[in-house]
Amino acid sequence: MIWSNVLIYFVIVPLLMLGGLALSKSVKQVRAVAVTGATALMLLAAYLVIEFLSMRAAGDVSPMLFTDSWTWFEPLNINLALGVDGISVVMIVLSAFIVFAGVFASWNINPLPKEYFMWFCLLSTGVFGFFISIDMFTMFMFYEVALIPMYLLIGVWGSGNKNYSAMKLTLMLMGGSAFLMLGLIGIYFHSAPEGGQLTMNILEIAENNAIPHEWQYYLFPMTFVGFGVLGAMFPFHTWSPDGHASAPTAVSMLHAGVLMKLGGYGCFRIAIYLMPWAAGELAWIFLLLTGISVVYGAFSACVQTDLKYINAYSSVSHCGMVLFAILMLNTTAMTGAVLQMLSHGLMTALFFALIGMIYGRTHTRDIRKMGGLMTIMPFLGVGYVIAGLASLGLPGLSGFVAEMSIFVGSFQHADMFHRVLTVMACCSIVITAVYILRVVGKLLFGAVQDAHHKELTDAEWHERLATITLIVAVAAIGCFPNFFSGIISEAAEPIMKLFA
Amino acid sequence: MDYSQFLMMPQELGLLAVFLLVFLFDTFMPKKSLGALPVFTSVIFGAFAIANYFMLMRGTAFSGMFESTASTFVMKSILNVGMLIVLVQSIKWSNSEFVAVRRGEFYELLLTTLFGMYLMISARHFLLFVIGLETASLPLAALVAFNKNRYESHEAAAKYMFTAIFSSAIFMLGLSFVYGLTGSMYFADIASRLVGGSNTALLITAIAFVIAGVGFKLSLVPFHLWTADVYQGAPTAVTSYLSVISKGAAAYAFLVILVQVFGTVYSVVWEWMLYALIILTITLGNLFAIRQRNIKRFLAFSSISQAGYIMLGVVAANELGLASLMFYVLVYIVSNLAAFGVVSAIENFSGKVSIDDYNGLYKTNPYLSFTMMLAMFSLAGIPPFAGFFSKFFIFVGALETGSVAIYVLVLIALINTIVSLFYYLLVVKAMFIRQDDCIIPTFRSACSERIAMIACTLGIIFIGIASCIYTFMVDVVNDNVMMFGLLK
Repeated sequence: MIWSNVLIYFVIVPLLMLGGLALSKSVKQVRAVAVTGATALMLLAAYLVIEFLSMRAAGDVSPMLFTDSWTWFEPLNINLALGVDGISVVMIVLSAFIVFAGVFASWNINPLPKEYFMWFCLLSTGVFGFFISIDMFTMFMFYEVALIPMYLLIGVWGSGNKNYSAMKLTLMLMGGSAFLMLGLIGIYFHSAPEGGQLTMNILEIAENNAIPHEWQYYLFPMTFVGFGVLGAMFPFHTWSPDGHASAPTAVSMLHAGVLMKLGGYGCFRIAIYLMPWAAGELAWIFLLLTGISVVYGAFSACVQTDLKYINAYSSVSHCGMVLFAILMLNTTAMTGAVLQMLSHGLMTALFFALIGMIYGRTHTRDIRKMGGLMTIMPFLGVGYVIAGLASLGLPGLSGFVAEMSIFVGSFQHADMFHRVLTVMACCSIVITAVYILRVVGKLLFGAVQDAHHKELTDAEWHERLATITLIVAVAAIGCFPNFFSGIISEAAEPIMKLFA
Repeated sequence: MDYSQFLMMPQELGLLAVFLLVFLFDTFMPKKSLGALPVFTSVIFGAFAIANYFMLMRGTAFSGMFESTASTFVMKSILNVGMLIVLVQSIKWSNSEFVAVRRGEFYELLLTTLFGMYLMISARHFLLFVIGLETASLPLAALVAFNKNRYESHEAAAKYMFTAIFSSAIFMLGLSFVYGLTGSMYFADIASRLVGGSNTALLITAIAFVIAGVGFKLSLVPFHLWTADVYQGAPTAVTSYLSVISKGAAAYAFLVILVQVFGTVYSVVWEWMLYALIILTITLGNLFAIRQRNIKRFLAFSSISQAGYIMLGVVAANELGLASLMFYVLVYIVSNLAAFGVVSAIENFSGKVSIDDYNGLYKTNPYLSFTMMLAMFSLAGIPPFAGFFSKFFIFVGALETGSVAIYVLVLIALINTIVSLFYYLLVVKAMFIRQDDCIIPTFRSACSERIAMIACTLGIIFIGIASCIYTFMVDVVNDNVMMFGLLK
């Protein structure tokens, strides 16, 4: 039965939320529904982790757990196929956290709170659906479901140059998915050896391993670029700064925190997993591009003065790191990549949440016009410092663990090309420190720039809740890295064996 | 003559019966009760559409001129769905002051054109096909001119008339060449007499002329020049009919002709013609749509580019392609009719037809805006709406042939979906994001309009997700594999 699989509820709960929101009449009801749904997702995620770990502990070593498959479009062998491995479980937990925090960060959204949360729910439906699917068609469908709400979320509730940013973001991401669609159909038609039953199921395709090399040569770049656009790979990253700067707080959180991970996850799950030969052959091109993302994003962040732009460029750099690590094609780097997705998701969400809260008070995001906020709003100030330290990789917080694994993994390659690139990417840590400390110094310490700022208040309860949730998560990854890297590397290992 | 042959065409006979009932009602009922004519027509057509379900016949009639198969049956049923929605949508309009005196003619002409399209779908002989084509085209010219007090309506009708006649002439010239080459007008005979691999100049000219003739009905670029003006000038009810039903029938007939008649010379003669047509149609349709401010012109260009996507099912020329084409037409019918439903509701209320007039519509008319948004998303191919599935399937159908050229073609089509997304989002943006001082005030659309819109909305949401519909179409087409025997 479809109802007996826990995974399906990750899609059903947001859809129920959507229905509940459509029926609710007042802001209070809207908030009640949103909080209930987000909490239910958190509990569901916790349950999933426990179940998953106990099944693994019981000795179940199949690549995916909770697998189930129901026929959907029989002529094309499209199934509603579900399944998770360690990497997807981690991603689901991340999404649940961000959705939970996002609900509280958009507590006072205005105007049209009901519509806002409805789009928000649709977006989370897409995100969760993407992570639980192992069928290319459903995966792609959920991927697009997650993208389109962004247009209205930014266009209606955004700020600044929102019309331009919303359109740019939507068209660029959909442009990526156009390539992706062609790539996926191409994979489908080569998914089985001559005469075999074609399939959309990722596990079966990987098992068949029948995609001819000359096709991989074309299909790999298509799928990788398709997902890479969402992962903010240079030169397709330009939607990201504009989009994030214009989006409302919780949407920036969800977008940088989760949606950009769809890109990294997709690159890994489809491009690399299904076409290992081409991944080995062509990785160098994309390593160069993502290497540029890493360094270029960090440098760009240094010269920005808008808080959201700084953080958006830092996301380009960090998400570039994710793709960079994935392309290193070994277990250590891959584990680091997933940890980085997790860490970056939480810490960027924290950043954007705090920026939104600060902006809601000062009505400016220009760091030149602010200063000395630490004395005025100590809670937000401390939160910002913690997020900054996590971002620049302080041990004890999540960023350190992730970046450490990435660079150790990358350095395992003995050849000159990989080593030079790794060293260059390592430099980005220093640059990160530059822009983080610059912002912290200007924004939080120093003299108060605007006399009006002295009358501002510190965080309210729902803001504190959102912040604390995320800080706890960031610290948890930093303090207990083995727990997470264990789950991840277990899932990454069999796949990375393809490249050994 | 064996009159029992007529039993092979129950759908046509049923439609004739509906036509006669409407005609008799219009002629003999007292003037007072004529206000019920639109409802009466919708109801009996609805009854016919349901009864239709039991009318499947397989076989040929009139020594093979007419063929009824599972797929022609399904195609006609799809057209019936669209026709029913159009009828319900137009109830309020046809009872309005200026139209009321002529509403009988409106329904009779509409049913006549549908009859012509039935013949186009089932014809297996060019004579019957031309009769169908003309029956479907000429009454439409009268319908386009229906708002006889409006200058644009006349202009549009004249344009439509001239283009229709001109393209029929070219089409028939092409047919005469084909007859000269093969000595027959039967689809099957022509196919068997055209030697595989022959590409004489005469054959190429003939096929080009035939494509041009049908391309006019489908409004493929470069035969599209009438489309925008006619869509703008015609009454909205007629425009919506023209944009979906007429196009759906022509697409199916086009596939039948190309595959059954010219299938043997597919790769040597007309494959590349079709590629060029599709690329031109999709790209130019999209580029022109961006610049339109009038919503009806906008939908005209969007429908041109949609026709290009439908043609991908023709280029596939396989079972999956035909099934995807029929599915695409069904989805396109509900999506486009939803959009036209909103447009005509707003036009009937306020007379406004510019996209700029839609600014801030969500504030005053949330349900209309929501329907319009779903229609736009579905036309743009955004999941989970039906348009996404139909686009995906038609691409899969085309790519099944597997040549590199077709990958390039589909890539161009996919890049064009981004362009189309841009202009569909412009409408969404107007309704949801932009603000204006003079927003269209809140109003209640007529009950009939709402029924049609709800039906379309449900269609948009469920036709894709409910996989049984597509699966059913694939089954239907596989039942009909004879059609593709020629290509293999």
